[in-house]
Amino acid sequence: MKSLPNSVSRSLQAALLCLAVFACLGASDEGARFTSLGHKLMCVCGCSQVLLECNHVGCTYSDRMRGELMASIDRGENDDLALQDFVQKYGPTVLAAPTATGFNRVAWIMPFLALVLGVMTTIFIVLAWRKRPALAAPGGVLPVSGAELERFRTQARKDTDL
Amino acid sequence: MSQIGSFALLLALALSTYSFLAGVLALVRPGAGSERLGETARRAGIATFAVVFLAALILVISAFQDNFSIAYIYHHSNRDLPAPYKFATLWSGQEGSLLFWSLLLAAYGFVLRLRHKTDARLFAYASAIIAAVQIFFLLLLNFAAHPFALMQGELPADGAGLNPLLQYPEMVIHPPMLYLGYVGFTIPFAFALGALIMRYPGEKWIQITRRWTMVTWAFLTCGVFLGAHWAYSVLGWGGYWGWDPVENASLMPWLTGTAFLHSVMMQEKRGMLKMWNMWLIFATFWLAILGTFLTRSGIISSVHAFAQSSIGGWFKWFLLITLVTFTYFFFKNKSHLRSEHKLESLISRESSFLFNNLLLLLACFTVLWGTWFPLISEYVQGNKVTVGPPFYNKVAIPVALLLLLLTAVGPLLAWRKTSLESLKRNFMWPALGALAIGVLMIIFGVRPWTDIAYFYALMAAMLSALVAFTVASEFIRGGRVISRHTGQNLLASMVHLFHRNTRRYGGYIVHFGVAVVIIGILGTPFNQDKEKEMGFGDKMTIGPYTLVCESYTQDDNPNYSNEWAIINVFKGDRKIETMYPERRFYKASQQPQTLPRIRSTYKEDLYLTYEGLNEQTGRPIIKAHLNPLVMWIWVGVLIMIVGTVLGLIPNAAPVRVTSPARIQPAAAGAGD
Repeated sequence: MKSLPNSVSRSLQAALLCLAVFACLGASDEGARFTSLGHKLMCVCGCSQVLLECNHVGCTYSDRMRGELMASIDRGENDDLALQDFVQKYGPTVLAAPTATGFNRVAWIMPFLALVLGVMTTIFIVLAWRKRPALAAPGGVLPVSGAELERFRTQARKDTDL
Repeated sequence: MSQIGSFALLLALALSTYSFLAGVLALVRPGAGSERLGETARRAGIATFAVVFLAALILVISAFQDNFSIAYIYHHSNRDLPAPYKFATLWSGQEGSLLFWSLLLAAYGFVLRLRHKTDARLFAYASAIIAAVQIFFLLLLNFAAHPFALMQGELPADGAGLNPLLQYPEMVIHPPMLYLGYVGFTIPFAFALGALIMRYPGEKWIQITRRWTMVTWAFLTCGVFLGAHWAYSVLGWGGYWGWDPVENASLMPWLTGTAFLHSVMMQEKRGMLKMWNMWLIFATFWLAILGTFLTRSGIISSVHAFAQSSIGGWFKWFLLITLVTFTYFFFKNKSHLRSEHKLESLISRESSFLFNNLLLLLACFTVLWGTWFPLISEYVQGNKVTVGPPFYNKVAIPVALLLLLLTAVGPLLAWRKTSLESLKRNFMWPALGALAIGVLMIIFGVRPWTDIAYFYALMAAMLSALVAFTVASEFIRGGRVISRHTGQNLLASMVHLFHRNTRRYGGYIVHFGVAVVIIGILGTPFNQDKEKEMGFGDKMTIGPYTLVCESYTQDDNPNYSNEWAIINVFKGDRKIETMYPERRFYKASQQPQTLPRIRSTYKEDLYLTYEGLNEQTGRPIIKAHLNPLVMWIWVGVLIMIVGTVLGLIPNAAPVRVTSPARIQPAAAGAGD
């Protein structure tokens, strides 16, 4: 395989480095982590809202839970550990989405599996339709007229109308 | 009054049952007298409407009369409830909303039965099927969720009041719109099943139901988005869609209904997808009922918990019976549904419709799967899990983007076959325009590589632009051809073009509306919010706005007491508005409620909520959200509705060529 010229290769490396720097920017920002984790948790007061979006008047849970989340971040816990603390305390329904472990994986896999199966089925249908034999042509071409011509004209209008 | 209402419901049940039985008998035993029997069935159906209307009227009058001897009125109204909400009492609770459903179905049936001369036999089948659905709702109303049930013991002096969340002007129109959509899909379903049972020749049933389906779809669209707007304006969390199971329940039939609207065109034009369309309209009807089941049964926790009760079992049986009935007739008569044409090319409008259907169905499946997964998990693992916004955002957004791509490409494809050359020619300028939008967004600071949400936002913006440019190019291209032939200016030519095929160009306007809605949604990753305790004179800055707390004030009326924060909004040094976020305390229901205030501009919404007092410091807390582009969602929906209404206008009569003097080039607006 022909290798890239040096200048192009260096430019690509520089671009990749820039991307990595951008990706890492803000990774340690506590406010951003709080926002991100707070949107992965549900308020358990029964309002069925994401923790940071619960504005349930007089909610006795959300303030406390937000405080607990901030405390976890202050203790230097990583994301998984912080979320696990909540699961231990409030049960698995505190997580706003199923985890990617055990049976819960099925929740994530199914839509994509359905997409793959759907695409395959559609392609199969399309191919089957294309293979379907065309209607047999009549022996010789006869000019059409009158009502039959009008029927063709109507069909033609219909076929090209939309 | 309540006795008259109860009697009316019983009479309606008897009439519906007669309409169904006599209608079926007249259809299966043709012979002398069957025509007259069928006519009595039709008239019984018409009378059902009058009687159900009477029952609904009595319930509304009872609300206005504060007749708290009726349990439903006691639970959903009170003396000081404003008149519009007393009217809305009809659909504010379980029993009333079922009565309202029954009323709408009877009204649709009434119109259908009046128009029976279009095709008497097909209409008779549809009428019998509608009567069967009506029987189910009337059975519920008479025996499981009676709206005229009386209070036991001493009569209360006042009612328990309407749920505060429902005391908002949009609540007066959101449920009717949604129900008009849900119930309306019964009509195309009834025609489809009727056509299947009688092995109806041709596609006329689709032409008959086309307007019904479009009108129903428009109502459902209105209902879904009014719900979103209501959530945004009342719930106070700063968003409009929370993937709540009941929101999902309204979205599912909308998705299948949208797929049906597209795929029927293949049946109409090419005689294809006949079986698919049958299942699609059945699924839409079935999902509308399933949505009601989800709302009512309480098996899935939802913010719409006010509607829960024990009538889920009835719905389960109804869903099962409809599934079995439909499946039976489908397999009995499926030989009648063979396609008439073959697919000639992969690059054709037929293919695009197939993939469009696939994606819409996939989106529907994703929503259905996410809604039911907590129950599946409980069954398999023994514990429930939550399937909330992070799941849907990850799974549904890629599907939505693919759909948007198809929305852009589909109209450029011709029926049967499209040459790559013509696709390239039509697609180049819209694609370049979309690309330019993407580059501009990156230049102006969107960094798609820093967060997947920004990547999605960028893609959504580019694809929305692609849709908009495609629609514009279709209008311009067609308009130019007409302009060349008629000498009219381009604008007049485009109007002319539209009138020649209102359905097609109305559809394009709907597509444009969808693109505008997506533009509104793609602001979400850039939302900001801040929360602060604000005493007099305290300031908070969010985005370009500085909020200064001027004061707090209170008020009182018979229905509720309230407290406003008075917040002056500055942009730079200029005061631009004073906003009054509010907290209410409803006296009858003894429930508090937060009412946000929103300053909407084409760029962003400033959204303020008065959260209440900090228990430790006693100081009021104000939360501010800055939500970019939200206004475009509502503008987009309006465009979608306008497009649908325009699509309902009959086409201008085609010009008939009487002399074969010269072959004209293919006219614009007549397909590519």
